[in-house]
Amino acid sequence: MKKIKKIKIKINGNFRLINSNINLLNLLKSLKIPFKKVAIELNQEIIDKKKLNKKILKKGDKIEIVHFIGGG
Amino acid sequence: MKKDKLIIANKNFKSRLIVGTGKYKSMTECARAVKISGASIVTVAVRRVNITDKKKALLMDYIDPKKITYLPNTAGCFNSKDALRTLRLAREIGGWKLVKLEVLGDKKNLFPEMIETLKSTEVLSKEGFKVMVYCNDDPLMAKRLEDSGACAIMPLAAPIGSGLGIQNKTNIRIIRKQTKLPLIIDAGLGQASDATIAMELGCDGVLVNTAIAKAKKPLDMALAFKNAVIAGRQSYLSGRIQKNLMGSASSPKKGII
Repeated sequence: MKKIKKIKIKINGNFRLINSNINLLNLLKSLKIPFKKVAIELNQEIIDKKKLNKKILKKGDKIEIVHFIGGG
Repeated sequence: MKKDKLIIANKNFKSRLIVGTGKYKSMTECARAVKISGASIVTVAVRRVNITDKKKALLMDYIDPKKITYLPNTAGCFNSKDALRTLRLAREIGGWKLVKLEVLGDKKNLFPEMIETLKSTEVLSKEGFKVMVYCNDDPLMAKRLEDSGACAIMPLAAPIGSGLGIQNKTNIRIIRKQTKLPLIIDAGLGQASDATIAMELGCDGVLVNTAIAKAKKPLDMALAFKNAVIAGRQSYLSGRIQKNLMGSASSPKKGII
């Protein structure tokens, strides 16, 4: 069986190994992220939530997923 | 008083009290305090989602953004770049255009960095944001912000979280006189009467977080602030008497025995 290639990316400041050739939408789905309540940045660029499936992740990508929390 | 509503960026708000949602013991307490305060607007922060602990309570599950206006805030940003990034992300979460800009300049006193604040206000206004701007109590800077497209001026009463109350009433009065924009006291209030004073100076509203969240009884303090803001506004609209050096008896002299 062919071994699945893994790549290293950074999500919210932490490194994570993921399968190569995965798109952003599938990654977020696997992390069970509630899309409606968050905003997503890929390498400091805000990604339109409708276009998440068009973004294939590459080695070294930096993803930020943010939401609202209590604050003054 | 029924028609007396707070209007920010052409939107009507029932309450003149804006409350922060930070520093509470729990989300439940926060949500209850917001409800009791009667606030129509709450400030919120933008932070990373906790990916490993998905059971962690979400603010939106406790305070419904369809019922209460979320005002995304850039608290914790010390330069224009971070503030812009934060608010662009906030807009992306759900189309929020009404935002609160807060660029800090010093970690100890938390005073606003006004040069960066001014720059950010210009950029955000051009991008279509409605920017409510946290600022110092300087009338000249308030004017600059107004000219840069701010939709509300939010001078501090005193350092954030200090509870010192309004330190420079004269400047607040001067800002009130020079601007038609909503004037909202943001930061530094300590007790309900501070809010009344702000409203009596002619402010359009107040923003309170620590004074409610860190009171011994936050829920009771939320109610106290609600009433204080209403009292202050009514007092301002009613037109106070002139101050006199000497006394003037309240009872008629005629018929004294």
